[in-house]
Amino acid sequence: MFVRGLKRKCFDGEEDIEGTLAGIKAIPSYNLQRQSLLDMSLVKLQLCHMLVEPNLCRSVLIANTVRQIQEEMTQDGTWQMINTQSTGQASLDRLVSTDILCRSSRDQAEGKHVPAYGTFNKDFESDQAQDSSETMSTAPSVQAPRNLQSNVWEMDNPQENKGNFQKSLDQIFETLENKSPNSVEDLFSEVDNSYYDLDTMLTGMMSNTKMGHCDSLETFSSPTNTASNSNCKSDLNDLDHIVEILVES
Amino acid sequence: ADIISTVEFNHTGELLATGDKGGRVVIFQREQESKNQPHRRGEYNVYSTFQSHEPEFDYLKSLEIEEKINKIRWLPQQNAAYFLLSTNDKTVKLWKVSERDKRPEGYNLKDEEGRLRDPSMITVLRVPVLRPMDLMVEATPRRVFANAHTYHINSISVNSDYETYMSADDLRINLWNFEITNQSFNIVDIKPANMEELTEVITAAEFHPHHCNTFVYSSSKGTIRLCDMRTAALCDRHAKFFEEPEDPSNRSFFSEIISSISDVKFSHSGRYIMTRDYLTVKVWDLNMENRPIETYQVHDYLRSKLCSLYENDCIFDKFECVWNGSDSVIMTGSYNNFFRMFDRNTKRDVTLEASRENSKPRAILKPRKVCVGGKRRKDEISVDSLDFSKKILHTAWHPSENIIAVAATNNLYIFQDKVN
Repeated sequence: MFVRGLKRKCFDGEEDIEGTLAGIKAIPSYNLQRQSLLDMSLVKLQLCHMLVEPNLCRSVLIANTVRQIQEEMTQDGTWQMINTQSTGQASLDRLVSTDILCRSSRDQAEGKHVPAYGTFNKDFESDQAQDSSETMSTAPSVQAPRNLQSNVWEMDNPQENKGNFQKSLDQIFETLENKSPNSVEDLFSEVDNSYYDLDTMLTGMMSNTKMGHCDSLETFSSPTNTASNSNCKSDLNDLDHIVEILVES
Repeated sequence: ADIISTVEFNHTGELLATGDKGGRVVIFQREQESKNQPHRRGEYNVYSTFQSHEPEFDYLKSLEIEEKINKIRWLPQQNAAYFLLSTNDKTVKLWKVSERDKRPEGYNLKDEEGRLRDPSMITVLRVPVLRPMDLMVEATPRRVFANAHTYHINSISVNSDYETYMSADDLRINLWNFEITNQSFNIVDIKPANMEELTEVITAAEFHPHHCNTFVYSSSKGTIRLCDMRTAALCDRHAKFFEEPEDPSNRSFFSEIISSISDVKFSHSGRYIMTRDYLTVKVWDLNMENRPIETYQVHDYLRSKLCSLYENDCIFDKFECVWNGSDSVIMTGSYNNFFRMFDRNTKRDVTLEASRENSKPRAILKPRKVCVGGKRRKDEISVDSLDFSKKILHTAWHPSENIIAVAATNNLYIFQDKVN
């Protein structure tokens, strides 16, 4: 939560994702915003499993928003549009986006410099000063890169992804009804493999809400070990560097 | 001091109760106005403090049940004692607050310390007498109404028959009799058979102030239903349905969220209801269901910031609203410790701030203004400088006088009309 006023809007104007970002063509601003809103909403829904029962009203409102976005995306055929993009970039995009997701909320809160990709220059603010039970509700302010992540998912199979969204929503409400310790895993149980990296991270965060930053970064570092791109390597070095500092302190 | 989660005057305005996140209730009492200082109106001092609810653990679901007091409602006074209902997410309790200023002395079988006397030593019998003692205010739980709600209780409302009350959670509303704690009637149930189909929840509910068969409840989709308990045991069919058609020009992905009603209150007259959604306060005439008769913008400058407010969860903040005693002014809170008052007759409104730094005790509150355009005048505050962690969700208005109580996080402010 903002401690002192709102510094900026969520969407700031037109931001073209330039060709440096693994060759994805510039996406119209509205679709970008809509996608990031969708991602943010999904994160909010999935991260509301706390020690105290989640607020049902909030969950219902977020779920309705997700449905609305999904319906609109189906209607204007955005699913189809994303599908036409080059699939050869898939693996690279996944690396790019997972690494960005790797940044813990703490890094964001402290404004640590994590290298940006091309024109992607988000200045993460100290947001989400939520109560301690939500300390690990991270990456809510990650926007454009998550868009890439979703693009990755959509590239693989748009129809399946649509079904998965609906399944996720349904599962969320089921888990709200009967709290099972593996609720987060359930949400992802029928998802295809491209979700795997996000799954590892989220379950890592959820099950270890009190773990130190070291551990959380180590959990994150596994996906990035597959990095082959030079940008990714430099990030890996940064992560190692951060881990080193934390271990020493 | 803990975060205040509810504020409520009793029916005479003599007492003011606050509930906090730690499960405590603090009651303030108004001083008697003294003839010596006619200019100094009665101030509110602490009268009683007690722990109403404790944190619990639901072993079946492996979840904590918060002790935070969601609502307090007073019962009208019928004898020397005061009664109030306080509720957390799951359990409603009836508390009796009474004064003790005399104590019996001169027992035959006990001595002054309470120790038993040797009966063989007693030679005379005497009648115990009541002697004055220092005033003691004690709060005792008289009833505990538990295990009736699967979801989180958001409202309680005492019926005008003073024999029953209702408690509402996200999906159900139950009717209770004050004397019976092991049973309650379910009068509204909007839970779908398949939870996956859930798209709407109950957000607030209240009984009509005069008609004991009528109540309203609001939903997360911006609708209000008025129900008559005489028609059926289960009031799933509404008698009236209040909904304003959506403004297509203002449509966004956040439209539904900001239309969710966070509070609903009958006017004292019983002719109108007031609802609060994220950006506005609306007054509805009970006889007109298709649109409100009045709409007041609380902080329309936030309309362009909805995405950020969604991101930081502020868009889910539940603001309450209140009527003044004569139903001519309505009040509600906002961010940055601002609260707003709207005069329904003159159509004038004012923004005031509840903050120690910006106003001294007994000083007149200065109206505040939020600047939306480019040029900021002196004393105005720009939208980007607003502090969203300082929110005024709970306010209360004295039933007959112009005295208001404003809860700003963990501070309680009481403001009065200027005395001439």
